[in-house]
Amino acid sequence: MVEDVKFRASYNFAFIDESTKKEVRRKILKAVCIPGYQVPYSSPEMPISRGWGTGGLHLTLSLIGPRDVFKIIDQGSDASVNACSLRQFVKRMTGCEVTFDTASATLIQSRHRVPEEILTDKQILVLQVPQPEVLRGVERYEFKTRQMHAEADYAKIWVSLYEAYVRFGTMMRGSGYPIRVNGRYIATPSPIPRWDVPNLSMAHCLYLFGAGREKRIHCIPPYTKVEPLEFEDVLFHVEAFPGIRCSASGEDNAYLDEIYDDEGNRKFVINDSNFLDKVRSGPRPSQRLFTNPD
Amino acid sequence: MQGTNGNGHHDGNGWLLRVRGLTKIYGEPDPTTLESTGPAFNSNICPRSHAIVALNNISFDLYPGEVLGVVGESGSGKSTLVQMLYFDQDPTAGAAHFRAVDEGQTNLFALSNQRKRQARNHLLGMVYQNPRDGLNFGFTAGGNIAEKLLMAGTFHVGRIRERSSALLTRTEVPVGRMDETPAAFSGGMQQRVQISKAIANSPPLVFMDEVTSGLDVSVQAKVLDLIRQLQRELGVSMIVVSHDLSVIRMLTDRTLVLKHGHVVEHGLTDQILQDPQHPYTQLLVSSLL
Repeated sequence: MVEDVKFRASYNFAFIDESTKKEVRRKILKAVCIPGYQVPYSSPEMPISRGWGTGGLHLTLSLIGPRDVFKIIDQGSDASVNACSLRQFVKRMTGCEVTFDTASATLIQSRHRVPEEILTDKQILVLQVPQPEVLRGVERYEFKTRQMHAEADYAKIWVSLYEAYVRFGTMMRGSGYPIRVNGRYIATPSPIPRWDVPNLSMAHCLYLFGAGREKRIHCIPPYTKVEPLEFEDVLFHVEAFPGIRCSASGEDNAYLDEIYDDEGNRKFVINDSNFLDKVRSGPRPSQRLFTNPD
Repeated sequence: MQGTNGNGHHDGNGWLLRVRGLTKIYGEPDPTTLESTGPAFNSNICPRSHAIVALNNISFDLYPGEVLGVVGESGSGKSTLVQMLYFDQDPTAGAAHFRAVDEGQTNLFALSNQRKRQARNHLLGMVYQNPRDGLNFGFTAGGNIAEKLLMAGTFHVGRIRERSSALLTRTEVPVGRMDETPAAFSGGMQQRVQISKAIANSPPLVFMDEVTSGLDVSVQAKVLDLIRQLQRELGVSMIVVSHDLSVIRMLTDRTLVLKHGHVVEHGLTDQILQDPQHPYTQLLVSSLL
């Protein structure tokens, strides 16, 4: 601790200098004003490589204050190497309290998952985004994708959904399912599973998406309508786990990981580690569940 | 020959598309550029500024159900003409009025990008010489047609597939190959898929840019037959660009002959082929096999 305080004294609070924080905050405000629109920002250098969560860190470090309680999730887990390193970094640079508990955190940074537990209007979820451009898969030129967004010219992304349906018989997209935010911009929710997409709509909390390498911020403000793209006759489905329960808790209504134990037996375990701890030890936390259309 | 009276002359009011003074210059022109290029100078490159005059003050009317041919040698500006009308390129000067857009009151080139795209998706079709310009080879044949239908707001997979199958059947592409990419198709089939895509939303006007030029002769004849049949059945107006007079003869009612960006002759196709007036047209006709 003493080491941390000494270390911190040689840097600005939360590592990033104040004028850079101001720049990022301004762009966050713009992103909040235009839900789903990708706002370019001047992504500063960080002591980690781009592609390792710098976009998320920019948002976190620009927003965090001394009284915040910080939680970080890496693919559902609080305990992965990445999560531990980033948590340690934020703790060292701010002196903030850190937690594993989803409910008591005020600022949560996450990669590839939205927590199962419902977030409140006192919380912000920052998501790390590798590729903020939802149209990149269908259009390689940046000037064209910008024009397509400006003119709401989204036929190509619809064709990619049509093609997925023709090829696989479902609206297959493992992650990053395209969403329409507030009836206007089509955006990527970052590589979260389809299971998490319904959680984005009309939520109490603020969702921020930061792509450090691509230098873009986009946002889903609280109480904003988010619709996954679906055809009139082919509807959006979340991942289904029919007849499968979590081997650690017996639960079935949560996003499950498929794992193999040392004997090579196939098992399923709840992916959100804090949620798993809670359902094992006490009352089930409040959770929003999506019912697949038949 | 709808829209024309017995003498092949139009009354001047029933037009579907009216083009006036269409000009396209590549490069930086100087004030003498337009006067120092054209057939009289046997060049469309300005000797002083080296700007290229692709089209110089082109005007014509197209009538409903009519097929207009545009013929000329390479570099005469014929592809540029249809590409501008399909909004692939912006003209340097000129206006085009289209009956289906604001009752023909608005200059197409002054429309906003959104309205241009809307007009292009709902009211126009284009078949390019190179299938790679008109089709996305990353998508399946059905997906390419779906793109046009989705642009026009059909968000129902069942209906999209129904319409795509009907179109492919109509253009004689085996429906069983609908879910393959066009890269796996022969050149003739790729053109048929392009034609399906172009007519997917039943537009009143379709452009055909050297549609059969890359095909071998037997396939050419079949594709031309198909285009003629579709044109008769759908009553769609067309502008057919070709350097090949036999294509022009087979498909078109009237013809513009372009040379160095100028219209050197225009009139009924039969008349032009029987009795060419301009030396360049005479040369073209005499070189017809």
